[in-house]
Amino acid sequence: MSEDVHVHPKFFYVKVFLALIVLTTITTAVAYVDLGVFNTVVALVIAVCKASLVVLFFMHLKEQAGMTRVVIIAAALWLAVLIAITLSDRFTRHWVPSNGPWESSTMAAPQSE
Amino acid sequence: MSAEAHGATLVAEQFDDFEQQKQADTFGMWLFLVTEVLFFGGLFCGYCLYRNVYPEAWAAGSHLLKVTYGAFYTALLICSSLTMALGVRAAMLRLKTSLTVYLILTWIMGAAFVYIKLRYEWYGDFLEGLVPGFNWAPHGENLEMINHFHALLPHVSLFFIFYFCMTGLHALHMVVGVGLLTTLLIFTQQGKNTQGNYNWVEIVGLYWHFVDIVWIFLFPLLYLIGGRYV
Repeated sequence: MSEDVHVHPKFFYVKVFLALIVLTTITTAVAYVDLGVFNTVVALVIAVCKASLVVLFFMHLKEQAGMTRVVIIAAALWLAVLIAITLSDRFTRHWVPSNGPWESSTMAAPQSE
Repeated sequence: MSAEAHGATLVAEQFDDFEQQKQADTFGMWLFLVTEVLFFGGLFCGYCLYRNVYPEAWAAGSHLLKVTYGAFYTALLICSSLTMALGVRAAMLRLKTSLTVYLILTWIMGAAFVYIKLRYEWYGDFLEGLVPGFNWAPHGENLEMINHFHALLPHVSLFFIFYFCMTGLHALHMVVGVGLLTTLLIFTQQGKNTQGNYNWVEIVGLYWHFVDIVWIFLFPLLYLIGGRYV
């Protein structure tokens, strides 16, 4: 079988490893520099880059069938839906004026007689 | 040399050939990893929500963690991912000794991660009073910083609940990963992974890299946020 399987040279994996170590160093160093809101942006962009390197080369996504890619895109999409809808609920509540907390009529305190 | 030449031990009877079996095996693992994304996703979602509600408390909580630990774990896990990837390569090339060495190296790094996290980092957090519910009374070498953030402390404890749940769930996955590596080592010694069918090594590798990716996100989100420059 070894004649049939596609095997990368060792150096291929070492290059990915070195790129990951360099990115880790950058993201740690950048945390000590004041970039305002961009600290978070840079940290997340670097994290996504590192994750992509691992998925593409260590996890051999480049050699996988197309269906695996669909599954990964679906995962990212559902995660985005989960976070986006949760945040959009919490941070748009003040858009609609409210007269205080909603109270169910059945839950209301009993009238004193 | 065709896959069939190796007989039934290489290709299970429900598959046409080795390639089909390999695709089914790896695809099944990818599906499982997608459910894992959403498993961790709930915690990431909660983290994201409360970080936006209490940004100062999140920054304060992050300051109480030690970046050195986070960076060290990241480097350790990247190293273990490299040895795991090289292990998969060795299994593809049917190199039993190399595979065993790479699996042992990965095992050591995974076990070291869990040991250092529990014995040193979490125990240190406990001594500094950073464990909500058990010993929540922040003190220790970061006392000045704690006094500075004092008004935020109730919400900082929420940060630490997320910190312990997220890193705890991750550490649990590391323990499972170390167990899987132990199984792989036994199978490798029996010669099962180096006779052409390297799929077990490949899918344990997928799991191991996934756990590494989770940490790649946990490191900046927990240890680096909030501006270390303050």
